[in-house]
Amino acid sequence: MLDYIFSLEFIFAVIRMGTPILFVGMAAVIGAKADILCIAYEGMMLFAALGGVIGSAYSQNLAVGAIVGLLAGLVIAAIFAYFVLYLDTKPLLTGLALNTLGTGGTVYVVYLLTGMKLDTSSLASLRFPTIHIPVIKDIPVIGSIISGHNLLSYVAFIMVIVVWYLVFKTRLGLRIRAVGEDPAAAASVGINVRRTKFIALLISGLIASMGGLFMSMGYMPYFTNNMTAGRGFIGIAAQNLGRGNPIITMIYTLIFGASMAIGNTAQSFRLPSQFASMMPYLITLIGLVVIGARNKKNERRLHESISRKSKV
Amino acid sequence: MGNEKVFDNVKIGDDILSMENITKIYGNGFVANKNVNFTVRKGEIHGLVGENGAGKTTLMKVLFGQEIPEEGRILLAGKEVNISSPLAALEYGIGMVHQHFMLVESLSVAENMVLGSEPVKGITFDYEEAVRRSTEVSKKFDLEVNPKAKIRDLSVGYKQRVEILKMLLHGAQILLLDEPTAVLTPQETKELFVQLKQLREKGFSIVFISHKLNEVKDICDRITVLRNGESVTTADVASVSEQDISRMMVGRDVLLNIEKEKANPGKTVLSVSNLSYKNKFGLYSFKDLSFDIRSGEILGVAGVEGNGQSELANVLAGLYEIEDGDIKVDGTSIKGMTVRQIREKGMAIIHEDRMTYGASATQSIAENIISDRFYKSEYKKKGFINWKDIVSKSKELIKDFSIKADGHDAEVRTLSGGNIQKVVAAREFTSSPKVLIACQPTRGIDVGAAELIRKKMIALRDKEDTATLLFSADLAELLNTSDEIIVMYGGKITAYFPDVSVINEEILGEYMLGLKTQSREEIGGVVHE
Repeated sequence: MLDYIFSLEFIFAVIRMGTPILFVGMAAVIGAKADILCIAYEGMMLFAALGGVIGSAYSQNLAVGAIVGLLAGLVIAAIFAYFVLYLDTKPLLTGLALNTLGTGGTVYVVYLLTGMKLDTSSLASLRFPTIHIPVIKDIPVIGSIISGHNLLSYVAFIMVIVVWYLVFKTRLGLRIRAVGEDPAAAASVGINVRRTKFIALLISGLIASMGGLFMSMGYMPYFTNNMTAGRGFIGIAAQNLGRGNPIITMIYTLIFGASMAIGNTAQSFRLPSQFASMMPYLITLIGLVVIGARNKKNERRLHESISRKSKV
Repeated sequence: MGNEKVFDNVKIGDDILSMENITKIYGNGFVANKNVNFTVRKGEIHGLVGENGAGKTTLMKVLFGQEIPEEGRILLAGKEVNISSPLAALEYGIGMVHQHFMLVESLSVAENMVLGSEPVKGITFDYEEAVRRSTEVSKKFDLEVNPKAKIRDLSVGYKQRVEILKMLLHGAQILLLDEPTAVLTPQETKELFVQLKQLREKGFSIVFISHKLNEVKDICDRITVLRNGESVTTADVASVSEQDISRMMVGRDVLLNIEKEKANPGKTVLSVSNLSYKNKFGLYSFKDLSFDIRSGEILGVAGVEGNGQSELANVLAGLYEIEDGDIKVDGTSIKGMTVRQIREKGMAIIHEDRMTYGASATQSIAENIISDRFYKSEYKKKGFINWKDIVSKSKELIKDFSIKADGHDAEVRTLSGGNIQKVVAAREFTSSPKVLIACQPTRGIDVGAAELIRKKMIALRDKEDTATLLFSADLAELLNTSDEIIVMYGGKITAYFPDVSVINEEILGEYMLGLKTQSREEIGGVVHE
């Protein structure tokens, strides 16, 4: 088992497993900056995954597939945003409802199209290509780690930089942070709080949908029933552990990716598969406890320094 | 902004803004403003005064575009304007400095200043340009700020300066300040006044809303008094006294300085010895406090908020646990007692936060008044609450404390702040207290209600020999009502003044800011036994 962890295949698997979580993590960073408790990423991903499969299968064009998939995910994000921001529904319940719709609704559509309830293996859907980076692929060790991944895995890592730039360097990002932290202050200088949050949620939904596309057009060659299997929640957990910082969130998504990779191989070492599927959640729990304790300590330290300052 | 030209045509001293016959009726039929007339001249500081519920806030909301009036019109530099939103107000050059600052804590000064009209370079937010603009406006108005500092690291006075500069950066020519001194120390208030006077020199107009008449006298050129939603008068400040202003506000004579006899203290009733309390972060909110209060005297506690006063009040009330030391009422320790047991020992308390601890918003006046005594046998009849008796007693108290309400069964949330506080006082002052803890008893309430509460506190001292501990941020109130004063700074008592008549706000201010500390012997005088 240790041999495996120190092997190149393992690192390769971490990136593969981490890709969808990384997308959701980045989506959740934007949602958190806008201070919206969005748990609907599962629903968005499932619809995006199915949309991509259907779009590409009927058009036999990858771009069309991607667009249909992203639009399907965006629709869910827009429904969530409209309900929460304009109709004042509870975000938790709205998210829960859309996730349930995602699990049931996609199966319904699959059944309508294929007559089967399990998956879309009968549809000739397309996959995103695997990229072999010239020159780098020939470098020993590094080549086999960096090169040869699915196109979307590269997009996911680029997305970390994009999200960081968006949040901290652009005007939209500044406004998203302002409406998230103090909506009254933002509104007082003429920023439309609802519209800004709406835009933030759409961007967030778009990024999460890319994670959905990866599931059915990269990780697997077709859509299967509830194929996201909680990844939408693990991404939120990564964002929480990363406290809204895109880079730290990325590190946590890779840790989750690693725990999934270990879980998968654990089966070949005669460990029960249930143990495998438990791993990411166990790590999330441990992570939250550790982070929670650390935050408490930091808070105390901050408080001490403030009270010291006030006594000068 | 395109309006600056309009304003430039107005000469200093001419009307720049006039609100004519403003009438605002809320959905529930409540008339908040009735034919209000209000004019502001260019280059003046105009005080807007009135009791709670007199319609000041509504009038400012109308001016800032947060409420649309039913009748009346607003003229800017002689031209009628339609102010439909805060954003429109800002575009017309009207800026509001709210009591709760509209600043995003985690962002820098510069980011907050430009928020809403951010400079961009391509798609990137141009931070350097934001810093440059902030520095420029800061230099122009001689109000120093560090554009790169984070808001959360700044003091209250500093934040207020940022807020004012932000409005100026957005092109405000008329600044509305909603009780700007409520959150400031005396020194910070002085600084603010210097800044406001500078702005006046530069031709800006300032509307200054305040309860504190001495401040209004101090800084304003003219005042407009509102009463019951109507504008009573507009006058030059120089031509009216504080006494006149308060009479116009209330409609009758008000005693600003309450006449009281010299205290005649008896034996020690409340004795606090070496008391310490640690907050949830494990830090001492206050440490090793020792003081006594004797029957028939009022001990005032001065201090900038956050120096342990709130925690002390809550420990005395039995809400927080004692970390170390002891509290004795009439010689018996109240350590470990429940709130009811402590109250039965003769403790009464007016909490700082009247809506959390003082009153239950959705219950009636009568229910609130009996909430500390309903279980006692005198309020029961055959095991049930004797409502008939309670209602008649409540009616008496409503009259005695002149609570303005629809009746004893009116829900407390329907009352104004001053009247809610009167309900709390009606309960706490009538439980025959041996010890009264009064925390900010007149905060945010009008002069009429404040006068009543101060008078009742002194009546308790004189008639029932109550020992009172008075926490107040209003130094005039402290100096006027207390017999003795202690100052708290950094969780310790740093001064004790056995004779209030020889000190003033400046002296208290120096101890409150920690610039001075008395010797141990002087402070020790507050322990009488």
